[in-house]
Parts: sequence; structure tokens; C-alpha cells
Amino acid sequence: MSARDRILGKLKQKMPSTVALAPDVASWYATHRIAESGADKAQRFRHFIELAHAEVYAVSRGGWLQKLYEVLAAKQIGKLLVSPGTPHGQRAASELPALGIACPAYDAPIESWKEAMFHDTPAGFTRARGAIAETGTLILWPDADEPRLMSLVPPVHIVLLDAANIYNTFYEAMQAEGWSNGLPTNALLISGPSKTADIQQTLAYGAHGPKELVVLMIEENLQ
Amino acid sequence: MNAPQTPHTLHFMPSAGFRARAKDVVDNPFLRQSFRGAMDFLMTKRAAQFPDAEELESLRTLGESIRQYNLAKLPDLLEQLEANLVRNGIQVHWAETPDEANEIILGICKHHEAKLMVKGKSMVSEEIELNHAAEAAGIGALESDMGEYIVQLAGEKPSHIIMPAIHKTKQEIAQLFADKVEGVDYTDNVDALIQIGRNVLRQKFLEADIGLSGVNFAVAETGTLCLVENEGNGRMCTTAPPVHIAITGIEKIVEKLEHVPPLLSLLTRSATGQNISTYFNMISSPRKPGEKDGPSEVHLVLLDNGRSQAYADEQLRKTLQCIRCGACMNHCPVYTRIGGHAYGTTYPGPIGKIISPHMLGLEATSGLVTASSLCGACGEVCPVKIPIPELLMRLREEAFSKPHDHPAMVGQGAGYSGLISAVWRGWAFVYRSPALYRLTSWLGSRFRWLMPSRQGAWTSVRVPLKPAPKRLRDMLKERG
Repeated sequence: MSARDRILGKLKQKMPSTVALAPDVASWYATHRIAESGADKAQRFRHFIELAHAEVYAVSRGGWLQKLYEVLAAKQIGKLLVSPGTPHGQRAASELPALGIACPAYDAPIESWKEAMFHDTPAGFTRARGAIAETGTLILWPDADEPRLMSLVPPVHIVLLDAANIYNTFYEAMQAEGWSNGLPTNALLISGPSKTADIQQTLAYGAHGPKELVVLMIEENLQ
Repeated sequence: MNAPQTPHTLHFMPSAGFRARAKDVVDNPFLRQSFRGAMDFLMTKRAAQFPDAEELESLRTLGESIRQYNLAKLPDLLEQLEANLVRNGIQVHWAETPDEANEIILGICKHHEAKLMVKGKSMVSEEIELNHAAEAAGIGALESDMGEYIVQLAGEKPSHIIMPAIHKTKQEIAQLFADKVEGVDYTDNVDALIQIGRNVLRQKFLEADIGLSGVNFAVAETGTLCLVENEGNGRMCTTAPPVHIAITGIEKIVEKLEHVPPLLSLLTRSATGQNISTYFNMISSPRKPGEKDGPSEVHLVLLDNGRSQAYADEQLRKTLQCIRCGACMNHCPVYTRIGGHAYGTTYPGPIGKIISPHMLGLEATSGLVTASSLCGACGEVCPVKIPIPELLMRLREEAFSKPHDHPAMVGQGAGYSGLISAVWRGWAFVYRSPALYRLTSWLGSRFRWLMPSRQGAWTSVRVPLKPAPKRLRDMLKERG
């Protein structure tokens, strides 16, 4: 008999005969969390993610590239990793090099350029799928176009967020988008730059992931 | 493939000797100060996250019902989880004992001819002493959580499940880095120290063959492994190396994805007083065709190690509700005074006292279950309402009652003493009879001078006990 069968056998023998009532998660959120307007959600998201040390800039749908350039220039970053398969990545790659910022594309499996990713990639630019107001959290679903390491290895992570996609809570986000019907390889919640308080409870940023997190938030037509 | 020879499971400190270790810490004002300061800090931060008592109470009730619902269906959910993980391309392994778990993990390492494994924070990997087993098999196992990295450099073990290096001052860490990390000069600037760790470990994430992690929640309906962290090392370990191995106890399962948000909120707010951790990492498959990064192989090791023993008893099953936030130790007057190492077990504090007996047997842990004032703080703050004081009482009963034929636990009766039992039976006999009670108390007040001046532990810090010359009964009689 395998370890699996032995473990399951022991548990099944002692399984309670009465089934516990299913927890009512929906009604808890209905009674304990308010639904806010789009503008209020954007404001609350901004408040909490700024508390966690992220920089947030309000931008327009047409004007975010200018802000992206200004942020990079202010941080003296001359190179930005972009995804060639996305509209925002293509836009950055077509306009930033003329302003003096190189835009290498994440277009090959990591094995072929892992060293360069770890040692020579100062910033990465991705989109966020959405966000959560209650905790100041970005939702990212990395994919073939915007791979997982883009938001992790470069010391500066810049994120484009459409504020129309901000939910009140994590629960609301997963319900509204039907996450339980299927999740991607990796789904991420990101709520600030990497940090640690492991040395004498002193907060320090830039533990292993990005030292800086910059959010370009498109605030147009918020309901 | 030959199974690697792993040493017999090591325990980093003998579980006996608890009293001696506790005394050492109580006598050390620096350690006392470290723990007191850290616990005050964590308690204050947690309290600030729960300003609304009604919200806290209702969320705890919800958290409790989620955990109890899922435990009630545990074997079915394990099968569902396995089926969905396998469908998603994640390989599932089962281990009854720490040795089996090590054998599985090291087997995967050997199959890939791995030299270096980077580890995200995983208390279950501490529980199985994976680092020792890997070392014995010639595989480097490097901790990458800053706190874990520090205690590994120091050749120690975590003293807290959330903040592993909580017992160390920044000066000690500065000296440790200067001594042990090549090319580093002494600095006690915390930012500089973190950057030193960052630089060393970045290179290791790049080089590692295997990434190992724990699991905070495993979601059965989607086949998803969820990890909570702040540093990003968990994401590194699960994304950068070509192979990811996750290990978890069999109890960490929820049926539905919607069970996760309430538990996540309870976990981060209770543990470190954060409304959410920096990262919440949900992994559902290895790299798919066309994807450019992520491990091409993902494994999950499900470990029993005594959990099925706790599961078998309706009351003890509540132990398995735990989501490992550490709030019980942060609020424990005993933990605050003696710290995590004194316990000698992987999980210290109140949760350690109620889970360790299932992992190690009561023979090795009967002293732990008595190390509580039963003040109730642990039960009050537990985010999933585990009745820890009640369980401690139950475990005392199991440890110190007369050994019998149908024990609920390994080591039942390990602390049983015929003499102590006889004394208590005598006490009960006397207290049940008013006449005997009157006679005994009368004798006590007459022969009070017979009390010895040395009364063991009591007189080590107190004056000797002596019955009063007049009983309450006598004084009341005099007053009429």
C-alpha cells in the first residue's frame, strides 16, 4: 500500500459523518464591505499602495508615455524591458528609444538570457489586469507576452493600470472575473515594492524583488 | 534511481531539557529584551489592523467555519486537489513521515543532478529537517528569506515561525555578515545589511537548479498553490529555477477559491499587522508551451507526519485549523519570556505545544503542554478560533493519565506518575468528605511547624508555604 493510500485510509476512517455547513463567504462580504464609486476606489487604492511605498501617477490614456519617460528620466534609467506582444509594450518600444531609452524586448525564453535579466535589466514595464482598493493591490496575470520575471527581477517595476478595473475587494475581483473557472499558470497580487522587517523589525525595501514600484494609473471615465 | 540515504530525522535540540533552556533565556536580559520588544511591536501592529471588534469577531467566525468545513471533507478534498493538480501538470507526492518527504525531494534533486536548491520560507521543510538531509546527500540547500538566511548563516534554527531571526540584534547580524559573507565589512545599517543579503542571494536564484517553497493555501477546485510573502524570494524560488518543489502539510487545503480571501486577510493582519502581504503568489501549473519563464516542472509533496492522528479525534482535529500566523506566540506570556528556541520543537509557542505532540509523540513533549499559565490569550487572538487552552488541558490529560489500551495519541500516559496520581486521589478523597476535610485542616494548623523549609521549585524564589495557625473556620467561629 502506498503512502497515499495509507494517509487517505486513515483520514477516511475518521471523517466526520455529518457534513459541516458550507461557509457563507458572499454574505460576509455583502454585510462588511461597501461598494464604492470608481473615483473612491481609485483614491483608496492609491492611499493604500502609497502607504506601502509605491509611487502612483495619474495619467491619461493618451499621455501615459510622457509620464513613463519622465519617471525613467528622473530615476536616470536608460533601459526598460518591454513586452513586444502587447499594445503598451509596442508603444513604449516605438517611442522611448528616440528619447534615449533603450527598450529591449522579452521575446525569448529566459534560459537564453538569464544572466542579462539578473545583472543588466534596471527596469521592467507591464500592465496590471486590475487592482483592489481595500488593500492597495495590483492584480497581474503574467502570460506568454508578459512573463513572470518581468515584474520581479528588475529593480524598478513600472505598471500601467486602468482605474476602471479596480475592485473593492479581492473577493469581488475573483467573483466578477470568474477566477474559479480557471486560473493562469501564475496569478499575482502585488501590494508595493519588495520589503522585509526581518532585522530587528526595521522595515527595509528592496529585499529580493523590485526596490521601487511605480503605478501609472489611467483615470478616465470613472463611474 | 537509488533512494538517497537520509539520516534519521534530527531534532535540532533535544525536546527534553526544556526547563533548562527556558531558564537560560529567562536569565538573559538581552534575549528577554529582544523578545519583549518584538512581541510588543507585533501585538500593537495587529491591534491597529482590527479597529472594529465586530468585524474581527465575525471574520474570525467565518475563518473558523471555512477551516472546519474543509477539514470535515479533507480526504475528499485531497483527492480533488490531486486530480486538478495533475490535470494542470503538477506532480503530486505523498509522504507519511519526514524521512519519506526528504527521500521524495532529494530523489527529484538527484534526477535533475541538482547541486543547489534555493528555499523560500517553509516551516514544513524545517519540520522534516530538509537542510540536514540535503547536506548529507551532497546537495546545497540555501535559505533565501532574509530571516532564514541569517539563522542559517549562524547555524541556528528559526525562533519564530513568521520572523525567524527575531532573537538577534542588528549588531549580531552585522557581525555575522562580516564574519561569514565574503568581502563584507561590518555595518549595522539595516538597509545595507539587506542589500548584502540581496546581492548574495540574487546570484543564487540565477544559479539554482531547484526552487523549494511551502504553501499557505492549496485550492482543490482549481488545483492552485498559494504563497504569502513580502520579500519576493518566494516568487524567485518558484519562478527562476527550472524545477519547483512545494511542500505542505495535508491540512492546508480549501475546497473553493472563494475561501481564500477571508483567510488571507486574517493571516496577514494577525501575523504582522499588514492589511495584505506584498506578494500573494498563486501557482496553477508549470510553464506552458509558448511561455518564456517559470519552472518546467512543478511538484507538490503532501506530508502527514502525525496530522492524521490529530484528525482522528474530533477535539484534537481543531489543531489542524491553524493557518500559521503566529499571533498565539506573539501574545503568549510564556513565549515572550523564553523565546522560540527553548521549546526545542520546529513550531514554538502555543501552536507548537498543541501540534508538536502529534509530530513527535507525547514522550518527548509532555513537558511542553504544561508550560502554559492557561491565561487564554492565544485562544482569544487565534484568527480561526482554535480553542488552544482547551486543547492544552486535553493534552495534559493525555500525557499524565494512566496509560491505557486505546490511546488517542502516541505517547499517551508518558508523564504518568503513580505517586502523583495517588496524592491527587487522596486529595480528592479528603475533599469529598466534610469530616475528613475538617480533620485534615485541623491537623494542618496544629502541625504547621512540620512543613519543610525547602519546598522544591516553590522556595527557589519564594518563602516557604505554611498552613495558617488558625483556619478560616476557626476565625469565623471566634467572630460569632
